[in-house]
Amino acid sequence: MLLEMVDITKRFGSVLANDRVNLQVRQGEIHAIVGENGAGKSTLMKVLYGLVRPDSGTIRMRSREVRITDPGVATQLGIGMVHQHFMLIPQLTVAANLVLGMEPHGRLGTYDRRGAQQATKDLAQALGFQIAPEDLVGDLSVGARQRLEIMKVLYRGAQLIVLDEPTAVLTPQETGELFKTMRKLRESGKTIIFITHKLSEVMELTHRVSVMRHGRVVGVMETDQVTPDQLAEMMVGRPVLGQVDKDPFRPGPVVLEVRDLQAVDARGAPRLRGVHFSLRAGEILGIAGVEGNGQTELVEVLNGLHPATAGQVFLEGRQVLGESPRQIREESVAHIPEDRQNRGLLLDFSLSENAVLGLQHRSKFSRGWLRNRAIREHAEELVELFDIRTPDLEIAVRSLSGGNQQKLIAAREVQQDPRLLIAAQPTRGVDVGSVEFIHQQLANLRSRGKAILLVSADLEEILGLSDTIAVMFRGKIVGQFQADQADERTLGLLMMGQGVGDGPSDLGSREVPEGEVR
Amino acid sequence: MKEKGGKGTFLILEILSPAVAFLLALAMGAVLILSLAENPLHVYNVMFRGGLGSIDGLGYVFFSATPLILTGLAVAFAFRAGLFNIGGEGQLYMGAFFCAWIGFTFPSMPSTLMVPLCILFAALGGAIWGLVPGVLKARFGVHEVINTIMLNFVAMLTTNFLVNHVYKEPGQMIPQTKEIATTAWIPRMAPLLQRLHIQLPTSNPLNYSLLLALMIAALAWLLLFKTRLGYEIRAVGLSHKAAEYGGIKVGATMVLSMVISGSMAGLVGVNEVLGYRHRFLDGFSTGLGFTGIAVALLGRNHPLGVVLAAVLFGILNTGALEVDIFTDIPRELVMVLQAVIIICVVVGDQVFRRWVSRRLPLQPHAGFFH
Repeated sequence: MLLEMVDITKRFGSVLANDRVNLQVRQGEIHAIVGENGAGKSTLMKVLYGLVRPDSGTIRMRSREVRITDPGVATQLGIGMVHQHFMLIPQLTVAANLVLGMEPHGRLGTYDRRGAQQATKDLAQALGFQIAPEDLVGDLSVGARQRLEIMKVLYRGAQLIVLDEPTAVLTPQETGELFKTMRKLRESGKTIIFITHKLSEVMELTHRVSVMRHGRVVGVMETDQVTPDQLAEMMVGRPVLGQVDKDPFRPGPVVLEVRDLQAVDARGAPRLRGVHFSLRAGEILGIAGVEGNGQTELVEVLNGLHPATAGQVFLEGRQVLGESPRQIREESVAHIPEDRQNRGLLLDFSLSENAVLGLQHRSKFSRGWLRNRAIREHAEELVELFDIRTPDLEIAVRSLSGGNQQKLIAAREVQQDPRLLIAAQPTRGVDVGSVEFIHQQLANLRSRGKAILLVSADLEEILGLSDTIAVMFRGKIVGQFQADQADERTLGLLMMGQGVGDGPSDLGSREVPEGEVR
Repeated sequence: MKEKGGKGTFLILEILSPAVAFLLALAMGAVLILSLAENPLHVYNVMFRGGLGSIDGLGYVFFSATPLILTGLAVAFAFRAGLFNIGGEGQLYMGAFFCAWIGFTFPSMPSTLMVPLCILFAALGGAIWGLVPGVLKARFGVHEVINTIMLNFVAMLTTNFLVNHVYKEPGQMIPQTKEIATTAWIPRMAPLLQRLHIQLPTSNPLNYSLLLALMIAALAWLLLFKTRLGYEIRAVGLSHKAAEYGGIKVGATMVLSMVISGSMAGLVGVNEVLGYRHRFLDGFSTGLGFTGIAVALLGRNHPLGVVLAAVLFGILNTGALEVDIFTDIPRELVMVLQAVIIICVVVGDQVFRRWVSRRLPLQPHAGFFH
């Protein structure tokens, strides 16, 4: 047994984040930890990495009791952590990031640049990575950054590697690459703790799985003796269907039409390079793509949050490009933003204050004075309908779990019954039970004849919900399909820019005329 | 579930933390006094008796607190909008000058018109001095700290010029304008209080400007927490991105916040000119605008906290005089004490909060593992 965490208990106020949690990880295995948001996985891993001190319980590495008081100790013990949000410095090179804090140095204590480069090359070669030591991290793809994070952990001598939801940001192809890497690491004798929300990944890759719920480990199983449905049920505490009830596709008139939309980012680099599409009432249009291919800008331009440099946007035939965010909201356009913590919520505002963000102008909620009663009632309604777990309505949303924060945003935006909902990564970092719920809400909106633009890096989500799928690559739509004619492989290849020309005649600039079978 | 960061915990934190800091500062001050070979208990006794030991002392406490309430509110209000208004000093000079100018320029105006107009112009002077950095910030992204500091100099020197070369009282050595019309005077509170059997001496400068300051504090609270505008101002203060998402005009809200903030500081002129000196004296402010920053900080940027903090500073200011007279400790020590309090609040608050939040899940490291 490489790692044993015994009876770990951690209480935050009245909340038991970890309740006598036991985790045993064998040398050389890939061990999955699954559980809903707020089940206690994070706390447990923070304890392991020395970021949180447990109230009671012991940790043993190779049968010897250890006291992990800070991440430095964890590193010395050979524990490495790849965080979901990368801890890299974009302005520095790959090599500099790799050795940061443990730089090789010359005789006079100077930074040994060559040594760092050599270390990078050696590690990359051992892992079979294509990565140039002198590239700037800022120019790397998400997948490459993650590979660099793994290299960083190995450079620090990790034997036990914790990967925190590593696939959340990857394309299917990149995920495949990551899995290859993980297998390779295991073959070279490393042990991996793998945190994920995706049960298919647990099934594909891991040897054993620990399931957490409400701060406890509710089961530890050999992966090959359990089905995904059983896992989901253990996590959520009820059977999870995973299937969204969708009415047959009956598209209405065009709600949103986007023509030749172009935009640049803050540095003037083109991010949208002529985007065309149209979206009808009662339709879910899924925009697939690796993050950073213009989806963010597309969503922000449509909501009036980012300027366009050219193009037109028609909302039910009326040109709306250039209108303010408030004007667009008043056209009954709702928006679930991808960046929930910075865009979608005011973390230090209370739940009820957040429940009316964007709606504060409505006479129902304010007439100069805030109508606090109405605001609270509205918040109560959202909490109830969307099963947001919160001790009270006045709590700062900062202290809600990520899943509940996301549910609050989804509730607020869906509950407006908008004629167009722009949903960007609506279920990122949300547990299976809540994913199912949010998906069902989107489907219901569609059944009521609303139009939904779904932007997601999660292909399963795109495939499961959309009526029409468009793939975005480098600021263009490079392919558009009817959902039943799309498959993961084709989409994945398009997302990587393969099978796409770069001339003006590529798929991206081809408009799909109304009435044509899509 | 109150412990989970509900209102109970919140309140305890908000009140306990500055209180602990204050006690800590007193302890550190005691070490200083000891090193000057004085008895700290004696010195503290003298100091607090100065402000709290008599009605007259209390009057001075509130008189001294009046401008600090206003400058504290100005800083706190801007801070709620995410802006650091260091320009209170300049804003109050402009406000006071505008106020005085009305007062001595239209001597025949009836009092019912004169006083409101003077108050309005005090606010207006400050508002203009808040508007400029507000616009520069919203329109061009120039940092308000730089602009407000620079405008302090502009205001001080402009009023200096006006007093010395344009509006100087003839035949006087003191750089001050002529007296404002008596119709503009705001009366002292002593006569009324004496009728209520509170024996405040007639010589005490406490005047009705205190009520104005308290009213402004109440208005600030209402505006910030009970109106849509306040909601939007606080939203802008917390996150431009989220405010923008919520359809709030970030730039306009910032400008408006600076205007309101500046007008609050400008109202200091009411106490100074209409209530006390009855003229504009060059360089009258002893850093009131800057002390306002400390007051806002100690008051945790909440109007009620600002009032309490201003009163505390009033006590210290009044006590400083007594300490100077009745002990061998120089009054500067009290200023040192004020500085130590501020440092203790800033540092102690962080430490205390961290200590508490490690025990309560107030702020789970957002996005760290989720």
